[in-house]
Amino acid sequence: MTEALTATGAAPSKGASRGPGETWPGRARAGQWRLSLAGFAALIARDLRVLVKMPSSFLLRTVLNPLMFVFVFTYLYPRIGAGHFGQVAGQSLATVALPGLVASAIIFQGLNAVALPLSMEFSATREIEDRVMAPVSHRLVALAKVCFSALQSLIAAVIVFPLVYLVPATPVQVHVSSWPALVLATVLGSLLAGFLGLLLGTVIEVRKIATVFTVTVVPLTFLGCVYYPWASLHTVRWLQVLVLANPLVYLSEALRAALTSALPHMSTLASLSTLAAMTVVLAWAAARTFTHRVLT
Amino acid sequence: MTGPEKTAPSWAGPRLRVEGLVKRYRGSDRNAVDGVSLEVGAGEIFGLLGPNGAGKTSTILVSTTRARPTAGKVTLDGIDVAVHGSRARRHLGVVTQVNTLDRSLSVWENLYFHCRFFGFSRREAKARCRDLLDRFELADRSGDRVDHLSGGLAQRAQLARALAHHPSVLFLDEPTAWLDPQSRLALWDRVRALRDQEGVSVVLTTHSMDEADRLCDRVAIMDQGRILVCGTPEELKRAVAAAVTVELRLKAPPSPEVLHRLEALRGVERVTSEADKVEVLTASRDGAVPDLVSAVGEGLLDLSVSEPTLESVFISLTGRNLRD
Repeated sequence: MTEALTATGAAPSKGASRGPGETWPGRARAGQWRLSLAGFAALIARDLRVLVKMPSSFLLRTVLNPLMFVFVFTYLYPRIGAGHFGQVAGQSLATVALPGLVASAIIFQGLNAVALPLSMEFSATREIEDRVMAPVSHRLVALAKVCFSALQSLIAAVIVFPLVYLVPATPVQVHVSSWPALVLATVLGSLLAGFLGLLLGTVIEVRKIATVFTVTVVPLTFLGCVYYPWASLHTVRWLQVLVLANPLVYLSEALRAALTSALPHMSTLASLSTLAAMTVVLAWAAARTFTHRVLT
Repeated sequence: MTGPEKTAPSWAGPRLRVEGLVKRYRGSDRNAVDGVSLEVGAGEIFGLLGPNGAGKTSTILVSTTRARPTAGKVTLDGIDVAVHGSRARRHLGVVTQVNTLDRSLSVWENLYFHCRFFGFSRREAKARCRDLLDRFELADRSGDRVDHLSGGLAQRAQLARALAHHPSVLFLDEPTAWLDPQSRLALWDRVRALRDQEGVSVVLTTHSMDEADRLCDRVAIMDQGRILVCGTPEELKRAVAAAVTVELRLKAPPSPEVLHRLEALRGVERVTSEADKVEVLTASRDGAVPDLVSAVGEGLLDLSVSEPTLESVFISLTGRNLRD
């Protein structure tokens, strides 16, 4: 083999040898941290653009489930003589379910806004490619996804709240007993939902995602203390212990404590701290699975 | 032109340097890339040529920060891609084998958000989009959804996107694998023009000998994770005792005995016949023609020897056909 044929020999230089930096426009010359910040904002802006293009899909998946629930159980039932259905401690089902429905709207936004699209983008369409090739760390790409999901969760909460307050035929007893607890629970729940979505979206293959959705969403909702307070499960002790693994329980209970404190509820400290701990664990796990998925 | 991260403009070394790169995937018992070293200079079109599984795409994955090297080092404009991935990504652009355009966005939005990811202001991004849409003749499709684009147009849009942030090295992974012949030629012209106008270096993988030969300034032939040989296409063809294809035209279709005699000759790799034509691939030109003539005997009408191609280089190096 001759010297000329080794791969690391002097490479011929053709064309103008202009460096890339000379043509970078102003902001791109900024330091890496500013670039990261700009990239992060652009990632959010991209998601926002996609959401604004199709607001109907966001609204439908947010509104339909709670609307049908309150319509059937809190509007229709009292009119067909089943008005006492679901009452707890003398409070109507509408009052019992309001915090729970807001909580489930927050949690399932994470699955819909992150898990489903991400799973598609990673395998079927590989659309994630351009975003993970942005000059920001991969964790920041993941965080942008979570933040945008959390934003959608907050919007979902704001939409669902008046819905479940106004539709029921029976009075809904709502009184904000602690604004800080309400805000903290909503924000923590929204972030938890985003990280949960990120975890599922990076771990689950796209062809299995429909099944996984069914086996997560249905039990999480029905066993998430959405339609009944956790305390009332004391008659079925094993279930009361079992549901403690469900993050939705803590969000339902935290919102119940903040909005409908007349009902039995977990202590705010217990529910919020567990919610925070679960968020941290999910964030750690999701960051690992996301990086693992991006890097081979 | 200040700031510690601005290594590129003053960087005089090779744009891409791969040193002793080894990549072994988890759960695999062999190295996908097994000690590859190469350098790509400014404005050079460099081809990685080899069959499927040769390690071409893995080399690109590590170079583009998408796979961690098992051993060795890759630097882009002097930046270690395994250590400073985010910074390295400013210096590289990628067009992958499959269409990865964002299907939720239009052609224009794909380019616009790409620019924004790279820190362009709104105004700068819009100006860059206009420029790219014009240059890549996509202006009249700018509002189209990307899933309505044909293969050639989608490829063009991907190329425009990969160049939007002025990378110094553009990686093209099997860029023409899914294109029709016309789009393929158009893409080659475009890649050459980019190199000439922007001085961008191009690293492309291909298993098309023709593509490597006609487009690349230098070619590294890879097989089983290693570079077998590297040089300009002409150097490779000259330096390697390259296999040649001899085409024989006979008076009548050859008998099985004649074909057997040809196959038995020293250096003959493959004999194929169709009607009165016989094509013989032989490892070396030396002495091949007299042997063939005497093996065929009386019935020979005409004979032609083809020039060595990169394919024949590959065959003489590995004893295998590129498509095996």
